[in-house]
Amino acid sequence: MIPLEHVILLSAVLFGIGVIGVVTRRNLIVILMSIELMFNAVNLAFVGFNRLWPGAPGHNALDGQVFVLMVVTVAAAEVAVGLGIVISMFRNRDSVDVEEVSLLKW
Amino acid sequence: MSAPVVLFYVFAVLAVVSALGMVLNVRNTVAAALSLVVTMVALSAIYVLLEAHLVAAIQVIVYAGAIVVLFLFVVMLLNLRTDAFAPARARLQKLAGALIGVALLAQIVHSSLSLPTPPPVPPGFGGYRQLGVALYTDYVLLVEVASLLLTAAIVGALILAKRKID
Amino acid sequence: MVNENTDAALRWIPLLPLAVAVLHGVMLGLVRRSLPRWAVNLLSCGSVALSFGVSVYAFFRLVSLKDDYRWLTDSLYTWFGAGVGDTRFSAEMGLRLDPLSSVMTLVVTGVGFLIHLYSIGYMADDHREDRGYQRFFCYLNLFTFSMLMLVMADNLVLLFLGWEGVGLCSYLLIGFWYSDRWNAYCGSKAFIVNRIGDFGFLVGIFLLFGAFAKAGSPSVAFADLRGSFELIKNLTMPAPFWGPSWRLVDVIGLCFFVGAAGKSAQIPLYVWLPDAMAGPTPVSALIHAATMVTAGVYMVSRLSFLYDAAPLASAVIAWTGALTALFAATIAICQTDIKKVLAYSTVSQLGYMFMAAGCHGYTASIFHLVTHAFFKALLFLSAGAVILAMHHEQDIERMGGLARRIRQTHLVFLVGVIAIAGFPPFSGFFSKDEILVATFASHVPGHLVLYAIGLATAGLTSFYMFRLYYKVFHGECRAPADVREHIHEPPGIVLNPLWALAFLSMVGGLIGFPVAYGKAIGVKDSHSLDNWLNKVVGYISYHVPHETEYAMAATAIGVATVGLLLARFLYLSRPELPARIAASAAGLQRLLANKYWVDELYDALIVRPLLLVSDRVFYRAIDAGVIDGAFVNGLGRSVRGFAAGGLKYLQTGLAQSYVFSMLVGAAVILWYLAR
Repeated sequence: MIPLEHVILLSAVLFGIGVIGVVTRRNLIVILMSIELMFNAVNLAFVGFNRLWPGAPGHNALDGQVFVLMVVTVAAAEVAVGLGIVISMFRNRDSVDVEEVSLLKW
Repeated sequence: MSAPVVLFYVFAVLAVVSALGMVLNVRNTVAAALSLVVTMVALSAIYVLLEAHLVAAIQVIVYAGAIVVLFLFVVMLLNLRTDAFAPARARLQKLAGALIGVALLAQIVHSSLSLPTPPPVPPGFGGYRQLGVALYTDYVLLVEVASLLLTAAIVGALILAKRKID
Repeated sequence: MVNENTDAALRWIPLLPLAVAVLHGVMLGLVRRSLPRWAVNLLSCGSVALSFGVSVYAFFRLVSLKDDYRWLTDSLYTWFGAGVGDTRFSAEMGLRLDPLSSVMTLVVTGVGFLIHLYSIGYMADDHREDRGYQRFFCYLNLFTFSMLMLVMADNLVLLFLGWEGVGLCSYLLIGFWYSDRWNAYCGSKAFIVNRIGDFGFLVGIFLLFGAFAKAGSPSVAFADLRGSFELIKNLTMPAPFWGPSWRLVDVIGLCFFVGAAGKSAQIPLYVWLPDAMAGPTPVSALIHAATMVTAGVYMVSRLSFLYDAAPLASAVIAWTGALTALFAATIAICQTDIKKVLAYSTVSQLGYMFMAAGCHGYTASIFHLVTHAFFKALLFLSAGAVILAMHHEQDIERMGGLARRIRQTHLVFLVGVIAIAGFPPFSGFFSKDEILVATFASHVPGHLVLYAIGLATAGLTSFYMFRLYYKVFHGECRAPADVREHIHEPPGIVLNPLWALAFLSMVGGLIGFPVAYGKAIGVKDSHSLDNWLNKVVGYISYHVPHETEYAMAATAIGVATVGLLLARFLYLSRPELPARIAASAAGLQRLLANKYWVDELYDALIVRPLLLVSDRVFYRAIDAGVIDGAFVNGLGRSVRGFAAGGLKYLQTGLAQSYVFSMLVGAAVILWYLAR
């Protein structure tokens, strides 16, 4: 009943917002959070498509949802390591501004 | 307009608004994190509407309950409550980034304009039992690899965050 | 090709010297140690001696074969080839011994062996550099190998390999004492002038092969060329000037003659030979008297079938040879360096050989080649003995009166002088006479003038050789006192080869004893050389009545006697006269003594403009300016400019901009996939 086009549209919108957040913000933590937002958007798409193709009766295909679990796992790992990096960066530069660490430039 | 559809729209709007709140919130990092939580919970509700019950639960437990909490830990640890940054240099880049985001969105939308109606869903679909069976029979390798990944992440985070190796 | 004519012993003739040369090279170049002198002597001279032995064996084997099948072949491997099926062509590493090449191998290995022995004595006191002694013999052996490959090659391409090899060894040996820059320059000059000739040679090979290939017989082996020669005999090629078309064989013959002019020092490419005297005397004897410079004559004789069908080319060869002979003889009468006189004499005698070859007297030219090898090597080597005795003095103005002091050297030198002047019964008389008869009886346009030139040159030859003889060995000794006291005979190892060569110079004429005289003394078919060579280079086609032959011989002897008497008068009886004559004809004397300023002319007309063009145009403008500036450096500069101007701004250091770039790329791909 839920029109799946709208689900995909929502996923796209969230993804776009996440992209804007990544590209625009200077705070590293907010950038990481925007990445999380992008992950969530992708998860929504997976779940939506899984709902569209649930598989034959008696043989359910839960591939999308399994993949969502994997995405969550990866996101968790990535956040852990990413925040470790944030802490190292803070220790070195006393700031989480990404423009402080743009040294590898022309 | 049945109840699930209305609920879906409500939660959708909520998700979008709080996402925007997270991205556009310049001053308060903690508020941004909490907006993210709201987004995630709204998404979790949408998952329930899409018959992905276990995923919804895991979304709340892991994402909202662990990952964002981790964010908050770090924010508190580093005392980053307020953002006192000068405006970014590359204004043009920001605008371009925004445009790119919109373009991506348009493309995705355009590609998915007509999807067929979803068929009725069998019982137990998306429940913990069926998902568990699928995980440990068809996708057991994924589970093992995920565990390795998490181990690696733990070790990596440990080393990065330690003050010094002694 | 009949298979019972193969003989695997043939390959050892060139390979033995090559093996020793390689051994010396490895010892000097890689192991960096020199062998003891006795080992060097044994190896080098031994290899050439063995080579001579195998040549003699092969010669006798040839003698035992029937007249029409008188050849031996030995094929080592296929050097390279091209094409398939009908148009298949291959150049073999094949050796062919037929009467012509057997004569050449005997000369090369025989005279070469004697010169190797001589070199042991001549280079004995040369301690100018470490390992120089072994290096000398290495080069000598390498040269011997190349020359043997040249004369024994069964195809044109392998001949060219030997041709180039002797040119290289000539360079190495002329510039042997390279620490003196002048010697190195002379070596380079020889090589470069040779190369100019080689260009003509190559063009000739290409034209010849192209014509044969188009006619259906793509091969460079001499047997095939000779056999299928009818195919191209009358071809013509379009001409850029002088008529609508030229005969192809004429053009090819001329191209090959350019090569021969370079290698055998004819006008205009003779200029390297006098300067080549900067090398050690054994080198002058071996390379520039007996062997390398005769390569051109050999080549022309080998291609006799071609020149027989190319009257224009033959006429050019004959005239060039004659003019060169006269030209060089005039220069020789005013030279004061003993080796320079002999060098110009060599140029002159080579001119004789080409004159004969151009008049289709190939047997005569080969005959003169053989006798010239004997007496010219003798003259050079004994001149070397004189130089040694005079402690490396080469100016004849500072010699004199050596006849009593170095008797044996004096005697052998005299034998050489008499031989070259053409007095019977020494060998020079017979060969020179043969040439004059061939010229007289030929059909080359202006052949009588050629004969007159030949006769005049004979007189001049006698004159300047006896001038040399009298100035060096007679009169009062003009050497400084300290040198005069130490004049002594060279050691036995130096003298014995000289005696051997003297003997050959005396009796060598017998191989070509003319039929006219043979009949007079009752010997039929006395011209052994003609009988030997006629299947290869064609019969002696000219016939003059015997009385004419006697008359011509008498004229030649008369002219030589006039030269002898004049020299005796001017340089022995009245030694003060030459100076007075020179003073009164100062211009002429200067012209001749400065060798007509040909070198300076070449320098001004050719060398300097070439260097100028090379420097200003090719180096500065094109190489440094265009290629380096525009392409190499310009490319670098433009890339740098592009990178520094715009490309570097991509490296912002901000991870976000990189994410942005990734998103742009993802958007493009997505758009492309969703089209």
